[in-house]
Amino acid sequence: MTIDLTQVRGLFFEESFENLDIMESSLLDLEIETFDEELINNIFRAAHSIKGGAGIFQLDDIVTFAHNAETLLDEIREKKHTISQTLIDLLLGVGDILRMMLLASKDEVTYDAEKVQICQNELQRILAKPVSEEIPDDIVQTEIEVPDETEKLVVKKWHIEFKPELEILKTGNDPINLFGELQELGELEVEVNVDEIPNFVDIDPQLCYLTWELILHTSATQSDIEEIFEWVIDECELDITEFNSDSSKNIKVNTENQERTEIVENTTPEIENLPDIPAPENITEKPIIKDVANKHIQSNTDSIRVGIDKIDNLINIVGELVITQSMLDQIGENFNSSDICQLQDGLAQLERNTRELQENIMRIRMLPISFSFNRFPRLVHDLSTQLGKKVELVLSGENTELDKTVLEKMSDPLVHLVRNSLDHGIELPEQRKQASKPEVGRLHLNAFHQGGSVVIQITDDGAGFDTEKIRNKAVQKGWITSEEVITEEQLHEFIFQPGFSTSEEVSDLSGRGVGMDVVRRNIRDLGGSIEVKSTVGEGSRFTIRLPLTLAILDGQLVRVGKEIFVLPLLSIIESLRVQNSLVNSFTGAVEIYKLRDDYIPILRLYKIFELEDTITKLEQGLLVIAEGDGQKIGLFVDELLSQQQIVIKNLENNYKKVQGVSGATILGTGNVALILDVTGLIQLFKNKTKSPTHLPLGAIRYE
Amino acid sequence: MNSDINGDTANKYLTFILATEEYAIDILRVQEIKGWSKVTQIPNTPSYICGVINLRGTIVPIVDLRLRFNLDFQTYGSMTVVVVVNVISSNNKERIMGVVVDGVSDVYDVTETEIKPPPDFGSVISTEFVKGLTTVSDKMVIVLDIDKLLNSDELAIIDGLS
Repeated sequence: MTIDLTQVRGLFFEESFENLDIMESSLLDLEIETFDEELINNIFRAAHSIKGGAGIFQLDDIVTFAHNAETLLDEIREKKHTISQTLIDLLLGVGDILRMMLLASKDEVTYDAEKVQICQNELQRILAKPVSEEIPDDIVQTEIEVPDETEKLVVKKWHIEFKPELEILKTGNDPINLFGELQELGELEVEVNVDEIPNFVDIDPQLCYLTWELILHTSATQSDIEEIFEWVIDECELDITEFNSDSSKNIKVNTENQERTEIVENTTPEIENLPDIPAPENITEKPIIKDVANKHIQSNTDSIRVGIDKIDNLINIVGELVITQSMLDQIGENFNSSDICQLQDGLAQLERNTRELQENIMRIRMLPISFSFNRFPRLVHDLSTQLGKKVELVLSGENTELDKTVLEKMSDPLVHLVRNSLDHGIELPEQRKQASKPEVGRLHLNAFHQGGSVVIQITDDGAGFDTEKIRNKAVQKGWITSEEVITEEQLHEFIFQPGFSTSEEVSDLSGRGVGMDVVRRNIRDLGGSIEVKSTVGEGSRFTIRLPLTLAILDGQLVRVGKEIFVLPLLSIIESLRVQNSLVNSFTGAVEIYKLRDDYIPILRLYKIFELEDTITKLEQGLLVIAEGDGQKIGLFVDELLSQQQIVIKNLENNYKKVQGVSGATILGTGNVALILDVTGLIQLFKNKTKSPTHLPLGAIRYE
Repeated sequence: MNSDINGDTANKYLTFILATEEYAIDILRVQEIKGWSKVTQIPNTPSYICGVINLRGTIVPIVDLRLRFNLDFQTYGSMTVVVVVNVISSNNKERIMGVVVDGVSDVYDVTETEIKPPPDFGSVISTEFVKGLTTVSDKMVIVLDIDKLLNSDELAIIDGLS
């Protein structure tokens, strides 16, 4: 009976990466010279969990490394170090190294051991500092030599009696791991006591009948030793006493591995004496893990973390489905024609359940964009330090949901854009001062739903594009002639041209276009678009629009005549009954509604969509005030129906884009409802109400 | 479809009736044949686009071939037939569409050589949608090029990349 550790292994890595993320974000939140216990504890816990997990999978190098980091964190926790930028950077580095090591173990490849060593040395250096001495920020590279801690400190001999409870293995703890950790503290001698092993017939292979006596030579304190047993303290009897006898007497040099096999040897013979017994798992487990670990080839099983509310919702729906099914069963058993109404009800219910199930399962694929945004604080932190710039990063709309695939594919383009903004957009503090701007630049990442798309905006308040240089470059590339007059927008378009950036001559602008063509291509591959607005001296804004192919939207169902439409809830400001006295006509073509201080044009949906059998008298219907692209409009509908989350279906897949409609959805009844796009509707409305004589050329296609 | 490789290979064609004429389409393009169900109208579209339906979660546009061919409108009812077809557009994208016809008729084997180019006749339908004419048991059948038909005019895909 062995535990399949491969499954757990994946989980361990996933969890470890999450812990690293926690570590990182907590580190970034730490402020210099202040002591935030909560944050430091968070970091500590994260590091500790990684260490613990790595121990189980015998990733000894990670354990050792994490242990050092943990020691430092512990000292920070005890306020032995003040929090300095150097310290934070060091710990961030530690996180990176851990990530690298974990990734390497996950994919079973080797990593750059040198990097680890450098970081390790750095850690040791800080750890070796006398407790009271503060670490000045500037001595980063002075002494890298590793002082051997153990040499300086007195080595004591500890006697540890460890009597785990029978059930200890069931809690997932393995004494071998504990011994491994103890060994890191110093020389360890292990003696196993097998007196408790019952007769063969009475052996329960899941129980641990062994007790141990350990002798540890270490400079560590009692609390250090106790800490190792922290996880099992409730499941064992533990007695730690200090020997006063000469400690150097019993020292023998063992490498870690020898010691380990020794432990195994100490325990196994007793059991092997009894033939054909399934050996207790803690002992057989060891070789098996190795075997499995070797077989474990990078399995690309991507997983997704789903909020419990979504799962609960699914369970609810499945529950309902089962009820519906049994109801139908009952009807079917003794069916006679009088039951037909019931049958219809049941079938309708079944259809609804299935539909809901489908929609909710699709929701599982949706992740908030924060998954992608969360990496930016670190990126901005690192880059701004590197570039000597001061940048404040503002994130908003992190809860906007995006399909997982889209999210993943958007990651790199976003990083690229943020990098560009930092590198070329935001100026150095002095330059900013000269331009009488605040020294700290602002980089704003924003995400929201608009007009049936997910919009991600990256705004900086930097220098903006140097149009002159772009122009020169474009002329040089032969895209335009030097005399040609083109608009600023057209100039900005050039940055998306492949090959735009390759030039070195465009000094401070070089790289503005590095890979911008790739960014655009990636976004287009997802069916989205990217545009840029830039004002010299004020900054630039990239706007990425992604389609909502799979996105979920909170929708308000409205009825116009016999048709049901969906309005995105986000675009609705309010709904009201029309007071005729407030309606005025404007140039005879447009009706204007006076809403408090605003004049809002009324768009009669039935007119624009040419629907029949609708309410035509304003006072009988409802006016939904909606906003699209900063403009308000009153949509005249017959009535408001329910609000619900809807799954957006793409019309373009099988048809094409329809003006004023951003997509379609399937209602609970199985019918299709079109999702209105307020921005598009306003466009359509403008074009329709314009008198033909003033019709601009471009508008004809909407007729 | 192997028609291009060997002109003598017989392909199966599904025929349907529209007014009095019989039209044929490549049967491999037919996904299913279903009855009429309620459509959701799409605003500001030509009259021959009835609207869209939900076909097991996919939004499928429905085209009324009578109206497309400028024939008289016939009210939809329980006898109305919708042929759901796969259409390949110019950019190799596959689309699913439904066409409303009076009724499906038969399945014939027609070899490529039996399909004769259409004469330039003053028919109500533009000959560009017609792949050719063929005769099956003394009846003339108009073989439609479904790709061209359902990618013309309003149905054409406008390349979304601007």
